[in-house]
Amino acid sequence: MSITKSAHNRVLPGFGLTLGYTIFYLSVIVLIPLSALFFKTATLSWGDFVATVISPRVIASFRLTFGAAIAAAVANAVFGTLVAWVLVRYRFPGKKLADALVDLPFALPTAVAGITLATVYSSNGWLGKYLEPLGIKVAFTPLGITVAMVFIGLPFVVRTVQPVLEELEPELEEAAACLGANRWQTIRRVLLPSITPAVITGFALAFARGVGEYGSIIFIAGNMPMKSEITPLLIITKLEQYDYAGATAIASVMLVISFVMLLVINILQKWSRRYAA
Amino acid sequence: MSIQTSKIKLSAVEKHFTSARGERQVAVSPLDLEIQSGEFVCLVGPSGCGKTTLINLMAGFEQPSAGSVTIDGRPVSGPDPDHIMIFQDYGLYPWRTVLGNVLFGLQAKGIPAGEARDRALATLELVGLRHAIDKHPHELSGGMKQRVAIARALAVEPSVLFMDEPFAALDAFTRYHLQDELLRLWQETRPTVVFVTHDLDEAIALGQRIVLMAPNPGRIQRVLEVSLPHPRERTRDDFAFFRRELFTEFHLVHQMALQEAEYSI
Ligand SMILES: Nc1ncnc2c1ncn2[C@@H]1O[C@H](COP(=O)(O)OP(=O)(O)O)[C@@H](O)[C@H]1O
Ligand SMILES: [Mg+2]
Repeated sequence: MSITKSAHNRVLPGFGLTLGYTIFYLSVIVLIPLSALFFKTATLSWGDFVATVISPRVIASFRLTFGAAIAAAVANAVFGTLVAWVLVRYRFPGKKLADALVDLPFALPTAVAGITLATVYSSNGWLGKYLEPLGIKVAFTPLGITVAMVFIGLPFVVRTVQPVLEELEPELEEAAACLGANRWQTIRRVLLPSITPAVITGFALAFARGVGEYGSIIFIAGNMPMKSEITPLLIITKLEQYDYAGATAIASVMLVISFVMLLVINILQKWSRRYAA
Repeated sequence: MSIQTSKIKLSAVEKHFTSARGERQVAVSPLDLEIQSGEFVCLVGPSGCGKTTLINLMAGFEQPSAGSVTIDGRPVSGPDPDHIMIFQDYGLYPWRTVLGNVLFGLQAKGIPAGEARDRALATLELVGLRHAIDKHPHELSGGMKQRVAIARALAVEPSVLFMDEPFAALDAFTRYHLQDELLRLWQETRPTVVFVTHDLDEAIALGQRIVLMAPNPGRIQRVLEVSLPHPRERTRDDFAFFRRELFTEFHLVHQMALQEAEYSI
């Protein structure tokens, strides 16, 4: 009774149809492949599963992958926001070009990006030869992995923060100026609270991309077990050795960690939007 | 009148904008206007006649292309907590409570927390929002939001209030109510008020002087003294007299604007 009533109360018809379609689509694209992952994992005994995923090499790769992805997402949240700010608020020659450059990491084949980064940061590369004397080794270290993740994650933050900055009501800043807030107070008390939800979204996207990234990282990573071997590479290695169950075991742990982290970020984001009109 | 020095003085003020296509557009053609301390002045006129531009010039959001704007004899160089703008869209901070919004200006001034809170609460009492201090803007009606904005402005004790169509987004009942409220607050605290509206009745209900503006280019058509005491009874004959006066004049402005538009086509 109550169901038919609420169905009649909807202005737009087709709720049942669209919901059905959504569930069907999500099942085909996301749920079925993912459940296959867990079914394959289930062919392992519990003991084998645990042994696989807590082996030191696997744990080291988890730590590296998630650590570098978080570090890169933090860097992008800060500098991507700055880039978005400059692109929205200032006019300068070459601005259109700079704006287009932001999307480059989206479009570039990841292998090209990886080879380029590895070349530029290697000990005799354009940047590497200046960093090396300072004792900063980038290529073939965890730092290099983070650099690659920063590179591929940048557009996510810029492109989520930029429209929010563009749409920001000028009254908010004008009121602040009227009320005697200086520039720094206006940034801290008006601008930052306004863009925080967008920055969190950008952070989540950049983080997720970093965790899943393979192509642009393996060239710069060096891929030394325990030191600079990311989890996706480890999974590929296992696949190449026909250890499908082992590969899916690692993959499912990675999936669960990613899912939990994204869930937390989503909750955080919802919380940060709690006062939106 | 002539002995008294004016609070706000516009001399030969002019403002033009250059459009994206490079055309020069005159928003305000050279005009003079003097506003006395504690006076309540309404700027009225059809849309596009330069009301917002003019009030932005006075509030320091825009700089004149020529001429000068002074407040208390000093040229206006930018926004200043001594003269505060109240917007049609309220400009409240959604993540701050009602009290937090009113505290904003006091915090920016660096007033100690305890004193700031007392002052904010007193101002909220004044606008009748003492009961809603912990609410967030999204929980308030439009009229309440605008009262928060007014309280936020009054809390820093400005000598001038600039208001750009502050009640235009509200329904008629709320609008009447807030007009009366504003008059009461003005009589209690006596700031100079410059109030922009396109509602002629609102201008007659509020203004001691009404500056009627005309478009293309933005200019002052006529200044009308409304010699009625506040609060004004909207149904009385003398109210109707000023109403007739202003409507006739407005009609002329409107027709001129229409004719010019036809010629220019
Ligand atoms: N920032 C601006 N850039 C270009 N033109 C503007 C700008 N602000 C206002 N104008 C023009 O100036 C004229 C007066 O506008 P405005 O002051 O907003 O009028 P009103 O508030 O009376 O409706 C309009 O023709 C408007 O298009
Ligand atoms: Mg306007």
